[in-house]
Amino acid sequence: MTNKTRGKRGKVVSYNKWGYIFLIPFILTYIVFQLIPLISTIYNSFFENYRSGLMQIGPNFIGLENYKSLLSNPDIWVYTQNTLIMWVMGFIPQIIVSLLLASWFSDPQLRLKCAGFFKTIIYLPNLIMASAFAMLFFTLFADGGPINSILIQLGILNKPFKFMSNIWSVRGLIALMNFLMWFGNTTILLMAGMMGIDTALFEAASVDGATSTQIFYKITLPLLKPILLYVMITSLIGGLQMYDVPQVLTNGTGEPMRSSMTLIMYLNKHLYSKNYGMGGALSVILFFITGILSLLVFRFSNYKKS
Amino acid sequence: MNTENRKITKGLNIKARRVIAHIVLVLITLLCLFWFFILIINATRSHSEMTRGFSPFPSSFLLTNWKNLLAGTLPVWSGLINSLAISSFSALFSVYFSAMTAYAIHAYDFKLKKAMFTFILMIMMIPTQVTALGFLQLIGKLKLEDSFIPLIVPTIAAPITFFYMKQYLESTLPLSIVEAARIDGSGEFHTFNRIVLPMMKPALAVQAIFTFVSSWNNYFVPALVLHKDNKKTLPILIAQLRSADFLKFDMGQVYVMIAFSILPIIIVYLLLSRYIVQGIALGSVKG
Repeated sequence: MTNKTRGKRGKVVSYNKWGYIFLIPFILTYIVFQLIPLISTIYNSFFENYRSGLMQIGPNFIGLENYKSLLSNPDIWVYTQNTLIMWVMGFIPQIIVSLLLASWFSDPQLRLKCAGFFKTIIYLPNLIMASAFAMLFFTLFADGGPINSILIQLGILNKPFKFMSNIWSVRGLIALMNFLMWFGNTTILLMAGMMGIDTALFEAASVDGATSTQIFYKITLPLLKPILLYVMITSLIGGLQMYDVPQVLTNGTGEPMRSSMTLIMYLNKHLYSKNYGMGGALSVILFFITGILSLLVFRFSNYKKS
Repeated sequence: MNTENRKITKGLNIKARRVIAHIVLVLITLLCLFWFFILIINATRSHSEMTRGFSPFPSSFLLTNWKNLLAGTLPVWSGLINSLAISSFSALFSVYFSAMTAYAIHAYDFKLKKAMFTFILMIMMIPTQVTALGFLQLIGKLKLEDSFIPLIVPTIAAPITFFYMKQYLESTLPLSIVEAARIDGSGEFHTFNRIVLPMMKPALAVQAIFTFVSSWNNYFVPALVLHKDNKKTLPILIAQLRSADFLKFDMGQVYVMIAFSILPIIIVYLLLSRYIVQGIALGSVKG
């Protein structure tokens, strides 16, 4: 814009070609390392291409057969269900705790002590290496591990609880880890949203005699709706990618009885066994699901700006 | 939240809420730190001490455990060096080129500007896992297996980092500065490196930390790319520790290894937390 005030048209054009030049590294990298892999993933999904023992089968073009056999096999539905169950188990406490903490942090009346310290601590688990965190939980909750030892010493249990052999305790631990790793992040996002609400609304409400509970449900929550949706969808996209924690916690088996096997763990299995046809089909399905969810995020953000 | 407080008079209400808020915050803090407390305690205890049950007091075996770990089969030092190298270069590449991309979109008017910006926003959420298959095949064809290049170079195209930089430029870089530099005869590339980048220092620092951490913690792609023992990064070694026969293993070593991979990040975070916590909200909300 400033260029135009300078007048000379030739100059404007010659500067603006630099826009393209500065974009070259991004575009080249994107094409080589993301676009080409994406296209070849889609291409692979139409071929029969796997190893059976020492024999290499394919690649033979088989159209949509991979998708058919993938979707008609109950496995993918079981793994989708596992992924969603563990996401919900982590997300519900996450959103409740985050809303509560964000409303406290952004409420000047409360005059919280050490707010900075608390914010630092709640964000801390997000930076922990997920695989190391899962390994830590595996050792802590092992049959002879410290948690069982503490529970026995406190007299809560009289013999070790086998956390790793019970469906719901394994899922619960994975959900707990996801909760711990992400509630701080969500709190900070919601806090930023709450700070954006016009304080005059709160003042007017409290002058009219509204309690803090009423203010929270009648003013804060409705105004936060776009950010809540944003948080929920981005968390769902993240949840579908759940991998490190269950993979390391269960050593890639998804035990007990594959009840904690997630979609990406399934994909990883196909990648390791070099079953490129099925792996490709699974990738494409995941790509479309995350693509649709991203479009939703994109639309919300557009609405927010206008 | 606390419905019972509704009936109490207003002054008391706020006091009660303050007390409840503080208690809950302390409990949550304990919930966050509890695991790391046990980790640090157990890293100082010997295997036989731990089999006898948990005790909240540290013992004196930290160095012994550490020496045993180094004497074992796990390539701990090379893991650390590999992780450091990959994460540092990723951070460097990612922030420099994302700043460049953001500057291109912010400072110039060209035909595809809007389309390009929309496009980058749309690919922001696509997870790396869904293109991993094609990515691995490509790396196989380019003979880049066991190389750090496929883990470092792709960070040049980092839409989230780009977006943060773009937001930052919008709020801090008046185009008149760019214009003034032009009048003084500064070339466009020179202007970006010498004038724009120094002005972006806070944003570069925050994003460098984030990229470093996510690269440090990354497990999925490195595990598929790096196979040789001397090329492996810390997360791969941790997963290897998990698949080793657990009961035969010396638990002291396991705890020391976990502490070794997460404590550097925790220390850096605690030193820089003020900037980091501010940075999170800036980057994501206005998306």
